[in-house]
Amino acid sequence: MMARVARGGVTLAAIAAICTTLVAATYRLTTERIAANEQAWLEQSLLPALGNVDYDGSITESRLVLEPPHELPGSDTAIIYRAYSGGAPVAALFAVTATGGYAGPIRILVGVDVAGAVTGVRILEHRETPGLGDGIEASRSDWVYQFDGRSLGDPPAAAWRLRVDGGEFDQLTGASVTPRAVVKAIQETLLYFGAHQAGIFDRPATAEPK
Amino acid sequence: MTAVNFIERMQTGLWRENPGLVQLLGLCPLLAVTSTFVNGLGLGIATLLVLTCSNVLVSATRRWILSEIRVPIYVLIIASLVTCTELIFKAWFPALDRSLGIFIPLIVTNCAIVARAEVFASRNGIVASLFDGLGMGAGFALLLMAIGLFRELIGRGSIFAEFDKLLGGEPLAGLVLVDGGWLLAVLPPGAFFSLALAVALKNHLDGRRKMARQS
Repeated sequence: MMARVARGGVTLAAIAAICTTLVAATYRLTTERIAANEQAWLEQSLLPALGNVDYDGSITESRLVLEPPHELPGSDTAIIYRAYSGGAPVAALFAVTATGGYAGPIRILVGVDVAGAVTGVRILEHRETPGLGDGIEASRSDWVYQFDGRSLGDPPAAAWRLRVDGGEFDQLTGASVTPRAVVKAIQETLLYFGAHQAGIFDRPATAEPK
Repeated sequence: MTAVNFIERMQTGLWRENPGLVQLLGLCPLLAVTSTFVNGLGLGIATLLVLTCSNVLVSATRRWILSEIRVPIYVLIIASLVTCTELIFKAWFPALDRSLGIFIPLIVTNCAIVARAEVFASRNGIVASLFDGLGMGAGFALLLMAIGLFRELIGRGSIFAEFDKLLGGEPLAGLVLVDGGWLLAVLPPGAFFSLALAVALKNHLDGRRKMARQS
């Protein structure tokens, strides 16, 4: 009886050791590629929201991480990526969370240049209904491009809404809840930028958590 | 002998005991990821890989494993293989990994894999288990691809869209036959309808064959 238990224990330990070695070896083999992929993916997903702004250096290295509570939209961590050209600030990218969507938080990226105009808006993550609310994605419709070049005064604050709400922005066919949430988050981001512009570009980058 | 055995195992996995169509195992990933052909193909390959390796490992170690501890050992082997597969996908097919999301790590809970370990690999030789893993894995993968193709065609009017997830590079739209489609097919209910149609089709074909043999 005891011998059987001991034998079982030894077998289990031996197989656990083999399996752990296998996983550890695969991890060592892939870890560099995975880190590079994630970095590339991040840079790649940030670029479209920057429009045609010229900048030097890496925008991912200049990020500011704001833990809640902060004044940006949403109650998640907000990230600001700053773009400089020859040391002078040119634009900032805000990764913020739009609340009030149809299915949970919508993670959006808003690019704003130093003049306060939107350089581009992209949707990073959402769980809105396929075929309806997912028209906010740039790959599914051109809805998101209507914000390019807009700023706080264009249209005036009262018209920073969807047409159904008496504002100036288009909704999506069959979906107004999702676009409404996104429009509100963009406006709030612009307000934040207007109020804190100098501070945003002067602060040192948040250190990489490693 | 092995050639016959191989063909017989393939027939069993692909048709006679297809894990999705007949045993109705692994339905959670099957229903959840098959919104496009590429997703079906990706998860199909990953499952095939894990199933084949786990069958071989379980069969290779079956002499030393006491029956009391066999289940923890299957879990250990399968979980390690799935972790490796996930890392490999993250490293070489990052876009596909993002699109399949949690369903790659969830291969570990695919009961088709532990079922083959228990029912087949623990009682048969390495070569037979390898063939069984290939057959069952291919059966599952082909079903995922078929349902993915069907749902994508009906729901989005395209075939082979988003192949860039597998190959990398520029986004590919695939072959767009109709702009837009019947949305329900890509929503969760469409997965159930598609699987039901596939099972019905198989039973219908089997029934006809049986009738033909009797008459």
